Amino acid sequence: MLTALLVMGGIALVLGVILGWASVRFRAEGDPIVDQIDAILPQTQCGQCGYPGCRPYAEAIAKGEADINRCPPGGDEGVRRLAELLGREYKPLEQEEAAAKPKSVAVIDETRCIGCTLCIQACPVDAIVGAAKQMHTVIDAQCTGCELCVAPCPVDCITMEPIPESLETWKWPKPTGSSERKTTETV
Amino acid sequence: MITAPYWRAPVSVTRVMGWVLLALIPAIVLHVIFFGPVLLAQLLLASVAAVAVEALLLWVRRRPVVSAITDLSALVTAWLLVLALPATVPWWLTLLGIVIAIGVAKQLYGGIGQNPFNPAMVAFAALIVSFPAELSRWPLPTTPVAWQWASFLGTPNVDALASATVLDTLRTAVHSGQAVSELLGRSPVFGTLSGAGYEWIAVAFLAGGLLLWLRGIIPGRLPFAFLLTLGVLSTLAWLVAPERFAPPWVHLFAYSTMLAAFFIITDPVSGVVTPRGQWVFAAGAALLVFLIRHFGQFPDGVAFAVLLMNLAAPWIEMKTQPRVFGEDHP
Amino acid sequence: MRWFSWLTSSAANTLVDPVSGRKLYPIDGGIAFADYHKQETADIPIRNVAMPSHYIVPLRVNPRFTARPIVDIGARVRKGEKIGESEGKFGVAVHAPTSGVIRDLGQYPMTHVSGLPALAYFIEPDGKDEAIEPTPYRGACDDTDRIRDFLQQMGLAGLGGAAFPSHAKVASSPVKTLIINGAECEPWITCDDRLMREHASEIVAGACDLAAAIHAQEILIGIEDNKPQAIAAMQAAAANHGTVTVVAIPTIYPAGGEKQLIERLTGIEVPYGHLSAEFGVLVFNVGTARAVHRALTYGEPLLERVVTLTGAADNPGNRWVRIGHPIAELIPEMAPKPEVDRYLLGGPMTGFAIPDLDAPILKGSNCIIAASPALFPPPPPEQPCIRCGACAPVCPARLEPMELYWFARAQQFGKAQEFHLFDCIECGCCAYVCPAHIPLVDYYRYAKSEIWEREREKSKAQQSKARFEFRNYRLEREKAEKAARAAAKAAETKRRLEAQAQESHAEATASGTNDRDGAASPSAPDANDAAARKKALVEAALARARAKRAAEATEPSGENRE
Ligand code: SF4
Ligand code: SF4
Ligand code: SF4
Ligand code: SF4
Repeated sequence: MLTALLVMGGIALVLGVILGWASVRFRAEGDPIVDQIDAILPQTQCGQCGYPGCRPYAEAIAKGEADINRCPPGGDEGVRRLAELLGREYKPLEQEEAAAKPKSVAVIDETRCIGCTLCIQACPVDAIVGAAKQMHTVIDAQCTGCELCVAPCPVDCITMEPIPESLETWKWPKPTGSSERKTTETV
Repeated sequence: MITAPYWRAPVSVTRVMGWVLLALIPAIVLHVIFFGPVLLAQLLLASVAAVAVEALLLWVRRRPVVSAITDLSALVTAWLLVLALPATVPWWLTLLGIVIAIGVAKQLYGGIGQNPFNPAMVAFAALIVSFPAELSRWPLPTTPVAWQWASFLGTPNVDALASATVLDTLRTAVHSGQAVSELLGRSPVFGTLSGAGYEWIAVAFLAGGLLLWLRGIIPGRLPFAFLLTLGVLSTLAWLVAPERFAPPWVHLFAYSTMLAAFFIITDPVSGVVTPRGQWVFAAGAALLVFLIRHFGQFPDGVAFAVLLMNLAAPWIEMKTQPRVFGEDHP
Repeated sequence: MRWFSWLTSSAANTLVDPVSGRKLYPIDGGIAFADYHKQETADIPIRNVAMPSHYIVPLRVNPRFTARPIVDIGARVRKGEKIGESEGKFGVAVHAPTSGVIRDLGQYPMTHVSGLPALAYFIEPDGKDEAIEPTPYRGACDDTDRIRDFLQQMGLAGLGGAAFPSHAKVASSPVKTLIINGAECEPWITCDDRLMREHASEIVAGACDLAAAIHAQEILIGIEDNKPQAIAAMQAAAANHGTVTVVAIPTIYPAGGEKQLIERLTGIEVPYGHLSAEFGVLVFNVGTARAVHRALTYGEPLLERVVTLTGAADNPGNRWVRIGHPIAELIPEMAPKPEVDRYLLGGPMTGFAIPDLDAPILKGSNCIIAASPALFPPPPPEQPCIRCGACAPVCPARLEPMELYWFARAQQFGKAQEFHLFDCIECGCCAYVCPAHIPLVDYYRYAKSEIWEREREKSKAQQSKARFEFRNYRLEREKAEKAARAAAKAAETKRRLEAQAQESHAEATASGTNDRDGAASPSAPDANDAAARKKALVEAALARARAKRAAEATEPSGENRE
C-alpha cells in the first residue's frame, strides 16, 4: 500500500511538472487575450460597461484596469466565461437588475418620427436607416438592443420592444430534475 | 411538461438494489449453516445503522430522505461490508465501518451516484489498517457459536478459535520458509478447494452473481474478466513456482474472490461504464489482487485493489470511449 | 477484446433475411417492446374523414423555410391550387387542400411541442371540393433537375415525420441504392403498414420513378418483420420489377430510423452532419414514394396523408387526412374514451403532447394517440444517476447517455459536444431503460437548443462587431475627409484672401464660408456612402412592408379563432 501510494504520488508529481512546463511552453499560442475577451463580449456596443464599445472594454480587462462583471448584456453567463478564460474569481454582475431585461429591439413609431437623424448618429451598428427629414426605421435583425438611440430622440418616438418567442428561437426548457437536484444547484 | 418517451421500462433503482440483496441471500444462508447465526446479528446491526446514518445525513444536508432510503442502496452497502468482514468482529467495529462507508465514503461525496470510491471497500480498508488483528480472526466451521457471540460482543477470551484466511495463512507460511504443499489440506483452515466452509459460500456468491447477470443487472464481462485474469495469473505463477504460490483453485474459490468478482467490482458508481474499460478495470483489479495477496502486507488485497482501480476509473473511461455511430474505425 | 465482441455479435453478423435472402448488418442498441399496440389499428382499412369547418395551411413548411404567400385574403382557391411559393434549396410549395375562400393569413398555433404560432392560411371550404386541372410530369423520367423542380412545385416532403423536402434529397443524387422505408418501428403507429397493404403497387411505382430520377441501380424496401401482410403485399407488387427487393428486417426499435435502416441494409454508418447521398444511399418513406408517383403520373400535389388515430379510443384506425385539417376536428373521429387526458402526436417514444389542438395536421404528422393515465402513466420522480450503465448498450448511436446527461445538466455544453451530443438521434431508448427515471432525452434536447442559441448569438455578435467596426471606420474617414476639405477650403480662402486683400472686406467672406462648410458636411456623403445608403433604404422599405403585413395579418386572425 505504501509503495503504491509512493508510486501514485510520484506519477502525479511527474505529470504535474510536465503539465506545468507545457502550459508555460505553449501559452503564447492562440488568439491574443484581447481578442479572446472580445469574442466573449456580446458586441452590443452599448457602453454600459463605461467604455465606448466592447473592444475598449476588452482592452481594459486585458490590461487589468477593469473588472469582469460590468457588461449587463453579456449576463451572468458572460461573466462566468470571462472568469474561466482569465482564471479570475467569478463575481455577480455590477448592475444586476440590468441583466434581467428581456432581449429587445428598438422600434420607431414611424408616424411620429420627424427625420432628425439623431438616432442614426447614435446607433453604434448602423441598424437605423432613413435620410434627413424622412421617416426612419430600425432593421430588426441588426439592432443589438443597446438603447443608445432612445435618449437622443427629440420626440420620444423610439421604444424598446421585447423580441417575442418564435418557433425559430424557442428553446427546450432545462429539465427541472428531482428535488435533490434543485437543492444541489442552490448550494 | 411531460415529454417523450411516454413509455418506460418497469425498472427502478429499488428493483436493482433489491435484486442485489436477493442474490446475496444464498451466501448468507450457507454462512449461517456453516458458522451459526452471528452473521444475522451483524447484518441486522449494520442495516439499522446504515439506514439511520443515511437518513440522518440526508436530513442534515436537506435532501429528500424517503426516496433515498427506499432505493435500498444503503442496505446493499451495509450487507456487502458485513460480508467482507469476518462475521465475528466486535459490534462497534461494524458500526464504525458503517459510519465510514455511508457517512464518509458515500454522503460526504454527495450521496448515491457521486462517490468515486466503493463505500464498503473504503470502510474495509480503513478498518483493516486500524484493526488488523480483529480483521484477521475468521471463524472456522468448528468455532463454537458461543465464542462467536462473545467475540461479537467484544469479549473474546481465546484467539485460537478463529484463524486467518487461507491465503493469509499460506503467505505467512511461505514467508517463514515453508512450502505450499506442506500446508495444503493439513491445516483446519483448508477445505476441499479453498477455505473450509468459505469455499461453499464462494460458490453461493457465484450462483447469486450469475442470477444478477441473467437479470441483466451486472455486465458479465466484469466478473468474467476478473476471474479469468486471476485464474491465468495464479496458474502461471503456480506452474512456475508451485512451492511459493497458491494453486489457482485456492485463489478462485477464496471467499473474497467471488464476493469481489460479482458484488464489489460490479458496483457501477465507482466503476467504469465503457465496455472496453470494464475489461481493463476488472483485469486490473485481478492483477492487483494477485500481487497484493502474494507480496503485500495485508491479509487480503481486494479492498486496496478495488480502491486503486476506482482511482484509475475516470482515466480508463476516458481512454476507452466507444466508437460513436458513423465515426471512422480507428 | 476484439475476439469477445466477435463472439457476442457473430450471431448478428451472419443475419440473413429469410424473405429476400439478403445479408443484413447488425445495428446497435435498440429496444424490443413486449407489446407494440399495433393490433388496435393495423387490420382496419383506411377511411376518409368528413370535411372540417376550416383548414389551417401553414406556410412554414420546415424549420428552414417559410413559403411566400401568393394569394390574397378573400380570394377563392380550388383544390390543388398553389398558395405558397417555394424558393431556394429547402423551399416547398404550398397548395390549397380543397376549394374555398382564403379568410385569413396570419399566425396560427403550430403542431409543435411549444405550441407557438407560425404563418398560415385560414381557408373556409365551400364544400364543392373543386380541383384545378392537373398537370402531370411530362419530361424524361431520368431528368433529375426537372423532376427535382417538379417535386418542389408539387410540395413533396417526407411523410415519415421530419417533413424533409423530397426534392432536396433528389438533388443530391446520383446514388447507387434507393431505400424505401416501410419499417415503421415506433409502437402504435400503423399508417405505413396500412398504406403498404392497400397501395403497394403505387408505392413500388413511386420507388421506380424515384430510382430513375436519381439513377439508382437497386431499390430496397425495408419492412419490419412484424408486418407480414405488408411484406406479402409489397412482394406481390414488386414481383415484376427486377430491381426492387423487399427486405424483412428484425423488429427492434428504432430500426426504422433513417440511419439505422441504412446500416441494417447496407452496413453503412452515416455520421452526423453528412447526407446519406454522400455514401451512395437515399431513403424515402413509403408514403412519400406513393406521393411522388401520384404527383408525377397524375399531377396531384401532396395534399393528404394517412394518419393513425389510436390510443384510448372506441373507433381507432387509419384515416386519409388533408394537410391543414385542424387536429381538434379530427379527434371526434376516433371517439376518444372519457379518461383521455392529452393527445400525443407521433409515437410514445419520440412524439409530443399536442399543446394546442387547434393546430393542423402537417405533412409529417403520422399518428395521434389518445393518451390516458392508464396507457401512459406519469413518469416516476427523477432520481440521481447511479451510473448503472443500462442506458449505454441500448443507444443506437453508441453514445454514453449518462455522460451526456451529466454534462448537459452541468451546462458543460462544450464537453457534451465532445461526447458527441449531436450524434444523439433522440430515440428515447436510454430514458426508457433508466432505472433512476431520468428524462435523459430532455437534457439532450435542452443542451442542443442552448448550443444552437449560442451559435445564433455568436453570429449576431460577429455581425454587430463588423458593423460597429465599419461604422467607426466610416466616421474616421468622414472626419478625415472633412478635415481635408476644411484644409483645402482654408487654403483656397487664404489664397482668395490674399487676392482680395486690397479690397479689404475679407473677414466676412471667410466666416460665411466656414459656417456653410460646417453645416454641409454631415449630409454630404461620398459616392460609396451613397450606395450603401441606397441599399439600406431598400432594405428599410422591405422591412417596413414586412412589418405592415405581419401587423395586418395578426389582427383578423384573433377574431377568426374565436
Ligand atoms: S456593456 Fe457589454 S455590450 Fe455594452 S459596450 Fe460594454 S462590453 Fe459591449
Ligand atoms: S437601433 Fe437603437 S437599440 Fe438598436 S442597435 Fe441601434 S441604437 Fe441600439
Ligand atoms: S440508465 Fe440512468 S441511472 Fe443508469 S447510468 Fe444511465 S442515466 Fe444513470
Ligand atoms: S436518445 Fe440519444 S443518447 Fe439516448 S439512446 Fe437514443 S441516441 Fe442514444
